[in-house]
Amino acid sequence: MTDALTISGLTLSHDGLRVVEDVSARFPAGQLTAIVGPNGAGKSSLLKGALGLMSADAGEVRFFGGALAEHRARVAYMPQRAAVDWDFPVRVIDVVLMGMHRQTGFWRPLAAHNRNAALTALDRVGMTDFATRQIGALSGGQQQRVFMARALAQGADLYLLDEPFAGVDAATEAAIATVLQDLRDRGAAVVAVHHDLASVAARFDRVLMLNRRVIAEGPVASSFTPETLRQAYGGALPPILAA
Amino acid sequence: MLIDALFLQAGYNATLVTLGAAALGAAAGAVGSFLILRRRALVPDAMAHATLPGLGIAFLIMATFGGEGRYLPGLLLGAGLSALAGLWILQTLASRTRLPEDAAIGTVLSVSYGAGIVVLTLVQGLGLGRPAGLESFLLGQASGMLAADAQLIAGGAGLALVLLVLLRRAFVMVAFDPLHARVAGIDTGRVDLALMALVLGVVLLGLRVVGAILIVALLITPAAAARMWTDRAGIMALIAAGIGAGAGYGGAALSASFPGLPTGPVIVLLAFAAFLVSLLFGSARGVLRRGGNGGVA
Repeated sequence: MTDALTISGLTLSHDGLRVVEDVSARFPAGQLTAIVGPNGAGKSSLLKGALGLMSADAGEVRFFGGALAEHRARVAYMPQRAAVDWDFPVRVIDVVLMGMHRQTGFWRPLAAHNRNAALTALDRVGMTDFATRQIGALSGGQQQRVFMARALAQGADLYLLDEPFAGVDAATEAAIATVLQDLRDRGAAVVAVHHDLASVAARFDRVLMLNRRVIAEGPVASSFTPETLRQAYGGALPPILAA
Repeated sequence: MLIDALFLQAGYNATLVTLGAAALGAAAGAVGSFLILRRRALVPDAMAHATLPGLGIAFLIMATFGGEGRYLPGLLLGAGLSALAGLWILQTLASRTRLPEDAAIGTVLSVSYGAGIVVLTLVQGLGLGRPAGLESFLLGQASGMLAADAQLIAGGAGLALVLLVLLRRAFVMVAFDPLHARVAGIDTGRVDLALMALVLGVVLLGLRVVGAILIVALLITPAAAARMWTDRAGIMALIAAGIGAGAGYGGAALSASFPGLPTGPVIVLLAFAAFLVSLLFGSARGVLRRGGNGGVA
């Protein structure tokens, strides 16, 4: 079966500095994959480079065996929450509807079924009651769930999520984890940049361990080991995992 | 006489000019809303100042080949080309050098203003055509405008508003989350280009009425006022269009009634009055609104 995302020999630079070097990795459908690594390891850059948001020095990226342009409807991207201005004058439901612009179009008035689909996506993250709130009035965790709902509303088969669990409350963490497992069980590929090493084994099936280069890639059981962690993090490993 | 002007009874020409100014204000308010949301509020200031050298050169060319040299579409063509050159220099400075964008804007703005004043002064000393009134492009002068000019301004403003309605969702998506928009297949570069084209259109249409120095205020002030009343981008653009239209209408009527009163400053002061009222009483973020806790539940 064709992988949802295949990266071959990807090398990326930012301001003249190599941030990702010769990374090859595959992300199969029906699997939850965590991208882990120390700060500055190039995790977010890898997602951006794969999506063409950073120009690559070298390498090839395939989505469902083809180019991204052929499969955009099947690929959902969730940037880091800090990447946008939450003071922006839009309501929660307006943000979710942005995930559906292929259905809603640019200029047509919104149809009732568009709105209902957006509300369904909000329901999956437990945010229906907040549909008409301005996004700045939400907590960080609620904002993260709105971002998640926008990705869900697109109905994609591959989800590339930049730190979906960063700085969220316990309720949000549980809600997002449930949604991700549900997506996986329906056959979607989920790839998430992840910081909390303690929850990798509980939340993910596979891991891509990165420190500019690939340290390890594969099922959590074989690739997320004290040895690979030591290689990726060096002496900076949190004590709970170094033991 | 002011009453006559306000109720469009001051004659056919004055009526057309007042309605043209209102249409311009509506377009400027709505376009300015999306410009603020995209955080490019200062770009039109550089753009407007960069129209001045082209304005003078266009006058010179037209006067050399006979005529008064004050044919508005010809002047606007020169102004537009000159503004595009300024915009290109601005983009090059900001992207190819380490100069920050605000410094690049300041550079282009002041240099092109200086060049514009030099060109306009020289042109007025040459004795070609009828350069009297060229200075009205600095601060705007609605009185003495031709009916054809007013129709051009109203028609252009109407076209800008139609384009905004068609592009509104693209503008909002790109302004809110450009990374997500790009992955979703939106060509953010072209959307930004469309926004800049609309801004340039408003700047050019506004030269005769509001003037190069103050047109930025008509783009920014109504939008900033509108933000105080709503938390939705589309409604913000609608309210800003209303405030801009009111300021344009009132300013043109006032300056028609008191000849010598420059139109641009009056329009801008009216827009600013609307901003002050909004800042105090705005229902979404006004300083005095009830329960002022930022809407946090």
